[in-house]
Amino acid sequence: MLRKMIEIRRFEERVERLFLQEGALIGPSHLYLGEEAVAAGAIGALNENDLITSTYRGHGHAIAKGVPMNLLMAELFGKATGTCKGLGGSMHVAIYPEKGSMYATAIVGSGVPIATGVGLGLQREGKRRVVMTFFGDGATNTGAFHEGINLASVWKVPVIFVCENNMYAMSTRADYAVAAESVAARAQAYKMRSAVADGNDPVSVYLAAREAIDAARNGQGPTLLECVTYKLHGHGVYDKGDYRPEEEVEAWLKRDPINGLEARLLKANLATQSDFEKIEKEVAAEVEESVTFARASPVLPFDQLAKYVYVM
Amino acid sequence: MPELTYADALREALREEMLRDPRVVLMGEEIGVFEGVYKVTRGLLKEFGPERVRDTPISEAAIAGAAVGAALGGLKPVAEIMYMDFLTICLDQIATNAAKMHFMSGGKLRVPFVLRTQYSLGRVHGAQHSQFFPSIFFQVPGLKVVLPSTPHDAKGLLKAAIREDNPVVFIESGMLYRIKGPVPDGEYVVPLGQCDVKKTGSDITIVAVSRTVTEALAAAMKLEEQGITADVIDPRTIQPLDLATILESVRKTGRLIIASDDVKCGGIGSEIAAQVVEEAFDSLDAPILRVASPDMPIPFSPTLEQAYMPNAQKIIEAAKKLIG
Repeated sequence: MLRKMIEIRRFEERVERLFLQEGALIGPSHLYLGEEAVAAGAIGALNENDLITSTYRGHGHAIAKGVPMNLLMAELFGKATGTCKGLGGSMHVAIYPEKGSMYATAIVGSGVPIATGVGLGLQREGKRRVVMTFFGDGATNTGAFHEGINLASVWKVPVIFVCENNMYAMSTRADYAVAAESVAARAQAYKMRSAVADGNDPVSVYLAAREAIDAARNGQGPTLLECVTYKLHGHGVYDKGDYRPEEEVEAWLKRDPINGLEARLLKANLATQSDFEKIEKEVAAEVEESVTFARASPVLPFDQLAKYVYVM
Repeated sequence: MPELTYADALREALREEMLRDPRVVLMGEEIGVFEGVYKVTRGLLKEFGPERVRDTPISEAAIAGAAVGAALGGLKPVAEIMYMDFLTICLDQIATNAAKMHFMSGGKLRVPFVLRTQYSLGRVHGAQHSQFFPSIFFQVPGLKVVLPSTPHDAKGLLKAAIREDNPVVFIESGMLYRIKGPVPDGEYVVPLGQCDVKKTGSDITIVAVSRTVTEALAAAMKLEEQGITADVIDPRTIQPLDLATILESVRKTGRLIIASDDVKCGGIGSEIAAQVVEEAFDSLDAPILRVASPDMPIPFSPTLEQAYMPNAQKIIEAAKKLIG
């Protein structure tokens, strides 16, 4: 789990530099900085053949599900070697069915009913697989979310609805816009199981996810799992997030999920500083390699686009 | 050849495809216990059970979204949206998710599902239960759009749509559910993207869509009594559109009328006219005329609704204007 979290963190930091300092990347991109424990903990609790669906803030989900970093970086560069051949971009980079990452939507909330449908497919398949879908606190204010989780509850499909409550939908605070005691509390209205996890603690996320996954596998239906976390960045890569109170940002910086996990591992004598350094070194090389790979890759020829509109 | 109603033909298609492929699952409002508002799904819950004939809450966005997801999850869903008017509620799932998935995944994702719906213009359902706006899907590459006008085509096209690897919007006409027509015994499909030339003539080409096909044929019969003969062509699908057959006819007749129930501005007729002008301008002897609904919401009053709708008489008047 630590390894995945470090992979996400260093990948995103590199992406940020490619946008802001090097001007090598353009377009909208939404970083997963600060939320690493959610993807690593929740996806870490899945089996390899379980499925996920993601969103426009999907780099972290993809890495946690095992999508190769080279392909992710190539997609951000719009190259033919990317996960979506350069036709998706940052907001859809997590689409990689080869690893069970079935979709990534850029329309807030719209992935919720889709996950319900994927869950129906898995329920019919009868192999006890589950699908986990990610979305933010803002998505829980959309109609698609409410229709989607209601239908999931009616059909008792094996879906884990993971809300990454990072407190803000762009600049709109969840404590202003979510008219409920919590995101998880919304589940009660739909007779759905719910849980709240500390989204900056991968163990907390893992344990809560484990329970939800077991329930789904055993035919007990879906769970709404709220993971309370915080963006170390603004909404998109160009947003500094300066609408947030300084004290709040500082308090959350102190709760950095990677520092927190490392401290716990050291304290429990499960790892040493040199273990962390080794991981950092390997990950740094992997990230740099992905940039080299992406830069060297070709762009899909324009005359080939037409063949991707329809399945022929 | 045995005769079936349009609704029965649709049901046969659903039933045969459900027997043929266990991945085919139906979902929608009132399709199970109630057997469909127009009884298209009559008997299917009894035969296939609630696992495959799934009643849903009134949640159009979730119905369409779940169809998209179920297709991703390995099923072949046929979802029903009770009235075409309600398509706007789930357009995000159809236009912004489903239609783009294959493309923006670089060809990896496939979402084979059929979204059945119907429009009730002519059934005195008022402004919010009668709309017909298929041309919005001209702006959404990635979808196929099917508009059957006969029981024969309803069955054959629905079977083809269910076997598609692409998302299909399948638009039925509420006015046609009870009409009867010949439907062959046994297996057949009508491939998507092929016009049906319903009648041949030499003076004028009438392209008509869905309910207006019957009106166009009636108009052609009347015109023939007056010595004017028409090609009557039903495109059957507007995405893909079999332009070649339309062009071939226009090159022969030099005159084109396009009849359809949608409002005239930006409608099916507008797009077909534009494509014909681009490809066959030199063959045209007269302006292209559209016989469509006026650019206003649909009035409730039965008298006013009849006046509002395209019909054989309006097509005849257009033809006479062109031929003089």
